[in-house]
Amino acid sequence: MIHSLFLINASGDIFLEKHWKSVVSRSVCDYFFEAQERASEAENVPPVIPTPHHYLLSVYRHKIFFVAVIQSEVPPLFVIEFLHRVVDTFQDYFGVCSEVMIKDNVVVVYEVLEEMLDNGFPLATESNILKELIKPPTILRTVVNTITGSTNVGDQLPTGQLSVVPWRRTGVKYTNNEAYFDVIEEIDAIIDKSGSTITAEIQGVVDACVKLTGMPDLTLSFMNPRLLDDVSFHPCVRFKRWESERILSFIPPDGNFRLLSYHVSAQNLVAIPVYVKHNISFRDSSSLGRFEITVGPKQTMGKTVEGVMVTSQMPKGVLNMTLTPSQGTHIFDPVTKLLSWDVGKINPQKLPSLKGSVSLQAGTSKPDENPTINLQFKIQQLAISGLKVNRLDMYGEKYKPFKGIKYMTKAGKFQVRT
Amino acid sequence: MAASPAYGEEKGGSSSLGEPEYGHDPASGGIFSSDYKRHDDLKEMLDSNKDSLKLEAMKRIVAMIARGKNASDLFPAVVKNVACKNIEVKKLVYVYLVRYAEEQQDLALLSISTFQRGLKDPNQLIRASALRVLSSIRVPIIVPIMMLAIKEAASDMSPYVRKTAAHAIPKLYSLDSDQKDQLIEVIEKLLADKTTLVAGSVVMAFEEVCPERIDLIHKNYRKLCNLLIDVEEWGQVVIINMLTRYARTQFLSPNQNESLLEESTEKAFYGSEEEDAKDTKAEAASLAKRKPYVMDPDHRLLLRNTKPLLQSRNAAVVMAVAQLYFHLAPKAEVGVIAKALVRLLRSHSEVQYVVLQNVATMSIKRRGMFEPYLKSFYIRSTDPTQIKILKLEVLTNLANETNISTILREFQTYIRSMDKDFVAATIQAIGRCATNIGKVRDTCLNGLVQLLSNRDELVVAESVVVIKKLLQMQPAQHSEIIKHMAKLTDNIQVPMARASILWLIGEYCEHVPKIAPDVLRKMAKSFTNEEDIVKLQVINLAAKLYLTNSKQSKLLTQYVLNLAKYDQNYDIRDRARFIRQLIVPTEKSGALNKYAKKLFLAQKPAPILESSFKDRDHFQLGSLSHLLNAKAVGYQELPDWPDEAPDPSVRNVEVPEWTKCTSREKRKEKVEKPFYSDSEGESGPTESADSEPESVSEESGSSSSSSSSSSGSEEEEEEEEEEEGSGEQSEDKEEEEKRPKRKEKEGSRKADPGRLSLQPQEEEEEEEGAKKARKKKAQQGRKGHADTSSEEASASESSSSGSDSGSEAEAKRRKAPPSSRAGPKEISLLDLDDFTPPPPQPIPSSSIVSTSLVTDLEGLTLTDTSLAPAMLSPAFSTVRTYELLHRMAGEGLSVEYCFSRRPFPGDPHMVAVQIQISNNTDTEVKSLRVSEPKPLSGMRIQEFPEIECLAPGDTASVVMGIDFCDSTQAANFQLCTHTRHFYVSIQPPVGELMAPVFMSENEFKKEQGKLAGMSEITEKLTLPEKCRSDHAIVQQVTLAANVGRVPCGADNEYRFAAKTVTSGSLVLITLERREGAAAQLTVNSEKMVIGTMLVKDIIQSLAQ
Repeated sequence: MIHSLFLINASGDIFLEKHWKSVVSRSVCDYFFEAQERASEAENVPPVIPTPHHYLLSVYRHKIFFVAVIQSEVPPLFVIEFLHRVVDTFQDYFGVCSEVMIKDNVVVVYEVLEEMLDNGFPLATESNILKELIKPPTILRTVVNTITGSTNVGDQLPTGQLSVVPWRRTGVKYTNNEAYFDVIEEIDAIIDKSGSTITAEIQGVVDACVKLTGMPDLTLSFMNPRLLDDVSFHPCVRFKRWESERILSFIPPDGNFRLLSYHVSAQNLVAIPVYVKHNISFRDSSSLGRFEITVGPKQTMGKTVEGVMVTSQMPKGVLNMTLTPSQGTHIFDPVTKLLSWDVGKINPQKLPSLKGSVSLQAGTSKPDENPTINLQFKIQQLAISGLKVNRLDMYGEKYKPFKGIKYMTKAGKFQVRT
Repeated sequence: MAASPAYGEEKGGSSSLGEPEYGHDPASGGIFSSDYKRHDDLKEMLDSNKDSLKLEAMKRIVAMIARGKNASDLFPAVVKNVACKNIEVKKLVYVYLVRYAEEQQDLALLSISTFQRGLKDPNQLIRASALRVLSSIRVPIIVPIMMLAIKEAASDMSPYVRKTAAHAIPKLYSLDSDQKDQLIEVIEKLLADKTTLVAGSVVMAFEEVCPERIDLIHKNYRKLCNLLIDVEEWGQVVIINMLTRYARTQFLSPNQNESLLEESTEKAFYGSEEEDAKDTKAEAASLAKRKPYVMDPDHRLLLRNTKPLLQSRNAAVVMAVAQLYFHLAPKAEVGVIAKALVRLLRSHSEVQYVVLQNVATMSIKRRGMFEPYLKSFYIRSTDPTQIKILKLEVLTNLANETNISTILREFQTYIRSMDKDFVAATIQAIGRCATNIGKVRDTCLNGLVQLLSNRDELVVAESVVVIKKLLQMQPAQHSEIIKHMAKLTDNIQVPMARASILWLIGEYCEHVPKIAPDVLRKMAKSFTNEEDIVKLQVINLAAKLYLTNSKQSKLLTQYVLNLAKYDQNYDIRDRARFIRQLIVPTEKSGALNKYAKKLFLAQKPAPILESSFKDRDHFQLGSLSHLLNAKAVGYQELPDWPDEAPDPSVRNVEVPEWTKCTSREKRKEKVEKPFYSDSEGESGPTESADSEPESVSEESGSSSSSSSSSSGSEEEEEEEEEEEGSGEQSEDKEEEEKRPKRKEKEGSRKADPGRLSLQPQEEEEEEEGAKKARKKKAQQGRKGHADTSSEEASASESSSSGSDSGSEAEAKRRKAPPSSRAGPKEISLLDLDDFTPPPPQPIPSSSIVSTSLVTDLEGLTLTDTSLAPAMLSPAFSTVRTYELLHRMAGEGLSVEYCFSRRPFPGDPHMVAVQIQISNNTDTEVKSLRVSEPKPLSGMRIQEFPEIECLAPGDTASVVMGIDFCDSTQAANFQLCTHTRHFYVSIQPPVGELMAPVFMSENEFKKEQGKLAGMSEITEKLTLPEKCRSDHAIVQQVTLAANVGRVPCGADNEYRFAAKTVTSGSLVLITLERREGAAAQLTVNSEKMVIGTMLVKDIIQSLAQ
């Protein structure tokens, strides 16, 4: 399946290579560089590139290209999904997945990659198992290792690989037993010029942080499970139970994990918690344009909208912008033509606005298109879909765990056309 | 090199501080250092005995490998550490080894033994990792070892090891594809495995090695379907893809009728009438054939069991299920996948890219499915261009009369995008909507015409091209648009657009008679500056105008053709010459001239604008080939549905009928327990070893089945016991309670069938036999032979008692025709006596008698020895003598030796070597002795007592003992006389390194069962003419090796057993005669080397 993996940074250096079968020369990446040149931006590099003898499948994350080399038919998503899993694992191990981090921890990276695939076929991708095999480096452990000469490689055998619940380590122990669940919803929306919603959908996840001793068996029930008609689960969730009772029953992995993600599709009515009033115009005759945006709350169910951030990609013809915000700070980058305005909290009594003028390159005609406005915000203690957790029960262990639940709504891909 | 020790010292001195010097790249600083000095410091670190230094060195080496630097010259230094105790060093060495073994094959072999040892480790994880690394070393020489290791691991107790074995199969296959047949056997076996851990990996192996052997799946189909949900996610993908293909060959199409109907209605939109006609015909044909369709329950099972996986978090799994539904489900049910696929669109852009490609293909065939999700495909300005274009494709596919207005409004926004490639694609999309949906054609056309005044040239050019295509459909009404476009020629510079305009004017010059010649005039002026495609169109326009309006354009045409005649591009020169000949009438021009107008101004069919994703669904969706729209290497064609469903009964799995023993009912219950079935794979080898005699005896009638079937079931019983002991699986409660009684019961139960024919007194004997066995066991314990665990001991106790009584009964029954079995042996023994040359004095005849007696009355007299097979005096055979010292070399002293095959008195671990010394000189040879033996490690030599004096012409015979350590290495020593020293060496043939043992048939089988897999070597051979009789075979085998014969029920089989002298490992030989001269020789021994060599020797001996 997966023959080799090359890690390529933004400037086109191959800084790591790993082969699971016989060695593939790194010259195969030339085809990739060719494709990269052809594509104007990194994200436009096609994920699948055929070459005379190999196929290159790549993902681009954290400014690194992860290029997998395969030689024969394999479902492309299989490889792509795996590469993303690799990135997630690195992130899990090192906190951030950057070139520097990978170079610093090259041995751990190599060991992890070695365990993840056998002959190109995934072997252990569950982060719990991997961490049992190879311990993630921490500052403390690095210090200890230097002094005692012990290693990052787990000395006990990875029994997790053999168990019926491969996602959970055995012999977990905590003094404080706690289970936290975060319900996070992201709104993806396109709002048209007049302010009406073209499409809006909600992408929700329930992330969990479970630190419980032993082998707890949890059940989580919702007040309104009917909202969840399009869900995907962590493998630990017992699917039959969900089908019949609409209850999530599972033996949780240890630590952080994503319990489920759900999707409330565009067919449903989605409340849009903010509105944007805008007045952007370029005049043909003069080299000056007008620019004015106001952001305001709507349908927030009494919660405050915070962390608001407005970004907009200006047309190429824009030279500079002279703007004054009523609150927050703004930056216009004349090179990338990206305007970003960090608004902060929205005060419903005094709506934040950004006004000013746009100077255009002299001599060029006005841009055909007004820039689209991308919005980011978050609202604490609110799940915009209305999803609510009813209760969490634990079986199989005797102690009383500490439980907590948090709701949050965020903007996903929230776009306003002007 | 002189500097290096100092360097090393310096390093060594400060290494305990963990100083940073080691951190930097060793290769980077080495530009000027000569090659041989490179990595010297690393080598030294690896050679040190501090683990921390080794680890540091390995880390640096791995970092070099990671960066793609060559570290192969360190191979010898690294490989030494393969057995290092530090686990991290070990792992890094493995990483290194797997990376470079291919380049340094000879050195890599040094590490093999470490892994071979690991394969026998009691810990399953160590066994697995040993197999994993061993199989990753791509060295062709070790293919046989890998093969054996895989076979062994495939019947391992631990599912994890079996999984690793499944992983190793494709590795071996890629190394040596000749092993395919054997590997398929292993795959077949593993496919029958019932654990989820193995399922995914073995299907993966199946797909890589033998995807065409779909017949292997039949029996496992239902099991795979049922296990699917519990298999790990990557395995699920592979299994689902494989099952899709399988289902396509085994079931009938669920919508053979509907799909045709639906397709033809959809085709109407595209307005291609020919295809419609074809379709209706096909439809009629299929309607005629229509039978009431009933879905195969297995087909339903697959659909039902895969559906929950649409909820998987793994995009690859969701996609796999989606394609399965698309290819296999009835039309009404396919809809469920749309929601899941739309959900995937939220994922990373690479995932989106692949999913959209597949959605695009699906949306052509099954548009209704995605219509409700139309808005999910709306495009954001932040999407990467390739995603935008794919979404556009999907939107266009989804467009129909009801939603076209929404879509067009959306398109209008897109046209103003800053991303010009995307705008161009949008214009194309509008064009496609216009051709597909007649209602909006005019609206679209108007919109596109408006775009002609766009300031961006690319937009205009693209519009022109699309308008040209649209106009071709209904040219008459659109002379206005053509006029408008003619004006554009002044401004627009994009060649493709200019060419399109010129073509339009030329094609419809009759609609714009005034403008056309003017355009030609302008173009003639700028002809030399145009691009090639424009030039061609100018010539085209000129030709068409010449034919329709020659009065106005004759001169212009001539002019253009003259310009073209001297063009640099030969295509254009050719075209000009061709057109001139065609249209300008000359005396030479032929008949074609008359038809020129028809040729140029014929009615041309309008181009069909269709999706590039049309017909891509003949590739399996979700596959790489589908994505590339080209067959990828190793792609397995998705077969068409069969017209007639193949026999569904092939998927039926029968419950195996075991034996005809009396406690059958009870047994059957156990068979059905999942625990039992789980262990089925593990007991595989033992079963296979037993299966043959079992069937033989069953044929010969139920009453005679006692011996063999009991031995067969014995093994199973033992398996159970072991299972129970290790607590891996829960055993029946009831069984647990009975446990204390069980052993006794077992013994008697086994004997049951035999008992029918037994007299009461024999029953007593039987009891006695069992008692003896127990006594024996106790003895054994005292002797300290029993190094097995207590469970095993108890298991073997019960088994021995059982088998003894069984075989006892057997012996009784066979009393009547004993000659048939004992006969040949007796003959052979007697005959051999004749052949035996006198010198090494033969074995006392009493032992011969006892042997034959033993074979006859095994059950009665030898219960004591049944467990620890008794060492026997050797069965007799011709003895070869070898020369130790030739008369010439020995200056008249000649020495010969032979292996007397008698136990060496004093040390049972030594091989007795009889040495015959003759003095051919005419003087006395004095103080003849062995001196300075230089044995290899572990080898021991017991010298013969010094011969004081050997008279001329005299011959002396002495015996010396050599412990060869079970190897065929020569023992070197000096033979001294009072005057001379002779260096001599004795090299034993492998057959002499063992001593015969006696065992019963049952014991033999049991031991053989333990020595399966790696320890079993099988070879086929052809027996020569003179070597077909029982007698000759036995003779030749015993000649080749010092083995004892084991009685055997089947008369086409010969069994021999022996133990190696030094370590006492069993060597079991089975020679099975097949039809004609064919035969198969099997040697089971822990000592693989001995086994292999022995096979060779025996075959050679038989061939003589």
